[in-house]
Amino acid sequence: METDRPETASSRITGKLSSACYLLYAAGCLFTGILSLRDLLLGYSWYISLPLSGVLTLSFRGGGLSAYFVIILSLLGFCVSVYSAGYARHSRSPWPALLLYGIFVSSMCAVFYSANIPAFLISWETMSLSSYFLVVSDAKNIEASRAGLLYGVMTHIGTAFIIAAFMVMFFATGSLEFSAIRAGLGSAGELRSVIFVLALIGFGTKAGVIPLHTWLPKAHPAAPSNVSALMSGIMIKSGIYGIILVSFDILGAGAGQPAAPLWWGVAALSAGAVSSVMGIMHALMERDIKRLLAYSSVENVGIILLGIGASMIFSFNNLPVFAGLALAAALYHVFNHAIFKGLLFMGAGSAVHATGTKNMEEMGGLVKRMPWTGLFFLIGSVAICALPPFNGFMSEWLTFQSLIVGIKTAAVLTKTFMLLSGAALALTGALAASSFVKAFGISFLGVSRSGKAAGAKESPFSMLAGMGVLSVFCLLAGIFPGYMLRLISDISLPALGGLLQFAPNGFVVSGVSSSGVLPMAVLGTMLAGAAFVFIFPLVAGGRKKSICADPWDCGIRRLTPRMQYTATAFTHPLRRIFKKIYKPRKEVRIEYIVKPFFTREIEYRSEITPLAETYFYRPLTRALHDIAHFARRLQSGNLQLYLGYILGTLVVLLVVWG
Amino acid sequence: MNNFQFVLIALLSPLAQGIIKKIKALMQGRVGAPLLQPYYDLARLFRKDMVIPRTASWIFHAAPYVVFASVLTASMLVPVVSTGGAGLFGIGDIIAIIYTLALGRFFLALGGLDAGTAFGGEGSSREMTVAILVEPSMMLAIFTAAVASGSTNIGKVAGPGSVFFSPAHVLALAAFFVAIIAETGRIPVDNPDTHLELTMIHEGMLLEYSGKYLAMMEWAHYMKQMLLFTLAADLFFPYGISGAGFGIAAAVGFWAGKMLILCFGMAFVESTRAKMRFFQLPSLLGAAFVLSALSMITFIMTGK
Repeated sequence: METDRPETASSRITGKLSSACYLLYAAGCLFTGILSLRDLLLGYSWYISLPLSGVLTLSFRGGGLSAYFVIILSLLGFCVSVYSAGYARHSRSPWPALLLYGIFVSSMCAVFYSANIPAFLISWETMSLSSYFLVVSDAKNIEASRAGLLYGVMTHIGTAFIIAAFMVMFFATGSLEFSAIRAGLGSAGELRSVIFVLALIGFGTKAGVIPLHTWLPKAHPAAPSNVSALMSGIMIKSGIYGIILVSFDILGAGAGQPAAPLWWGVAALSAGAVSSVMGIMHALMERDIKRLLAYSSVENVGIILLGIGASMIFSFNNLPVFAGLALAAALYHVFNHAIFKGLLFMGAGSAVHATGTKNMEEMGGLVKRMPWTGLFFLIGSVAICALPPFNGFMSEWLTFQSLIVGIKTAAVLTKTFMLLSGAALALTGALAASSFVKAFGISFLGVSRSGKAAGAKESPFSMLAGMGVLSVFCLLAGIFPGYMLRLISDISLPALGGLLQFAPNGFVVSGVSSSGVLPMAVLGTMLAGAAFVFIFPLVAGGRKKSICADPWDCGIRRLTPRMQYTATAFTHPLRRIFKKIYKPRKEVRIEYIVKPFFTREIEYRSEITPLAETYFYRPLTRALHDIAHFARRLQSGNLQLYLGYILGTLVVLLVVWG
Repeated sequence: MNNFQFVLIALLSPLAQGIIKKIKALMQGRVGAPLLQPYYDLARLFRKDMVIPRTASWIFHAAPYVVFASVLTASMLVPVVSTGGAGLFGIGDIIAIIYTLALGRFFLALGGLDAGTAFGGEGSSREMTVAILVEPSMMLAIFTAAVASGSTNIGKVAGPGSVFFSPAHVLALAAFFVAIIAETGRIPVDNPDTHLELTMIHEGMLLEYSGKYLAMMEWAHYMKQMLLFTLAADLFFPYGISGAGFGIAAAVGFWAGKMLILCFGMAFVESTRAKMRFFQLPSLLGAAFVLSALSMITFIMTGK
């Protein structure tokens, strides 16, 4: 948390300067975005090679998939930078964060543009480290340092797997260039599956796929909100980019049956289904607004993986049109999630900045004090819940369609599996709606739950502008899906070859399952319906008078803010219904004045058990600890024993190689 | 003409509510309110002054409009008597219908939370919980009908040549019927006639609404009920719909007949069941999910 301080002349100048720097970043993002958009639309592809030394060459390639991800990065980066200009104005020492922010954004750009292994790994590591330092940038915050440590460890475990995948590629083909690896890997049967699994684990860690997500709900909320927006919006998408790059581009999944075995798709689909349902179930239980958003990112990565997995399965079944459809759905959702999650994190950041707390139960009533922030957060919430006419609906609709056409696959198993994944997606949608009714309803509606919330002030213009632009894009990407799909169809991936039949403002799935939606018409009729019901009572002779009164209080004279439903109360029914999954622990402590009638104080504590931590990581760390404990016996500190080890080793070596 | 089928739902939905109430009254040995009572109620509410809670924000004012508009839009996407054009501009996608309705529910729940009272929050929390339990089984039931006819476009599902009678469809219909009960807030899930604080779901969210806004919310609720009935008719017994060899007049007759059957079924369930405790609902809705999953698996196994 940044703390405001009394303004002095020098601090005002510092603030202005850092704002100006953020605006410069915004301009840079805009420029990069426009260039990439041009690359993608006109089909340009450029290639730069930077020889650093005799063996080390960094090469970068533009166009296609890279350009698509850079466009998303630039759009989000532009809005977040504009937002940051206001957000960081009161920061005590803005310069380290400013520098790291710039490194972070440009290293992400470099990751997407990398065309060989060294370039990719160096950019990847720069991205991980700069984001790590941004997470721990608040030195006084112990929680942030812990989260940062976990993030650092997890992300490097992931990087280890990625390096392993690249090493296998290198040893199989002898090349560091992605294009040469693609050509050289042609016949390496079993090896391809090894690469796929290593890449799925490595990139899945960055993307936050359950059970590799543990760092995500801790690190994202700990970072400053503008960085959280970038981390959740686009950094975790670099994991998705990696999965698509390795499996579809380098390994050529999507180019028919021999390229990708069936179980690749099934693995990705299951990871997606588990991540989406479990991610949003954990989001639902959060009281911390930023952690709620972070868990919801886990969910959305799951939805993206559903599309990727479905695409692989269709490709195995030689159904190229559907493979294209499913991959397009995934790529569309990548764009959408970046937009609305960035928007939501910025909105949450404004609310946190204004109230000084991340706990929703201490907010409340903010929409009256921060009307614009409230409106933008509401738009983001509606979009992320996949409600028409906003953008989340279109990509989830496409994902639904691609799961339903799973009925056309050959095996009974994949048919059942894909349709049940569709049910999981429906469950996810309902859970997401509940989570965001809670997130918006508890923190922005009702009566202020604390003094700080009651004194909250609207954010400055630049913060609102950053959110406003993204809100507009939420609507535009929702009502013009045809343009979005045009953009996606310009990414020349073999898996997308079967696509597409589109109209500029609607979308029709051709082939066996033919259906379509016209979000523009939905929006239009909704406006017409609202206009009708506005005019109807006027015409029908209704009265226009309305009286303001206290809400119904059961006759107890006055309601207090504490009588409102809290975030914990809101989700209580689900905690009880799904107690097998949540394993909630409840602790009630009551201090009495006169037992049992007069209480002085009631303390209520309720927690859920995080599944992955309890059943995966805790046994794992315990096992590691036990092994270490066992190994400690070797180190007795006795010199003779150490000499004995040396002797023993020599004897063994002599026997083996002698 | 086909684009204006929704007018039937918009205008006749209060009548359907009146019919259900009348049948319930008769089954309970009462005379009951006149058939047209819901119209009288709406007309009266539309003309009344409103009482707005002091604590409310603009969301409270926006919610009735969004709720009404989304239900109206969803009903435009459904073929009522004719599949020609299949809903609005030929775009009648079932998933779009369900998600448009979900938009209404989202704002309904926000409207409940806005005044900052316990009852509103309680209603919102329960409504969203029930939705979570219902949504997967509803979607799977819809998927069954959709894959059986090769499209999620409801015009094609209900259109000529579609398959609509198979073991899978019977199971899916059973699941869908339970889902309708939950979605329309009827016994045994919610009691539409009660204002008892501890049990209400839908009424809890509407507690602070009055006058015009209440009329909009109630009308939207009636429309949603009839829309879901029509959806059930289109998905599971589309026989008699115009465009599949029937004239418009006959199709209107068939539709009215189907609506009466569903109204009677709803009234029968409400009169013969007791309301369940809220935490017993998962067993009912879980059963609906099992039914819909079975219907899907049956379809995959039998191929029809």
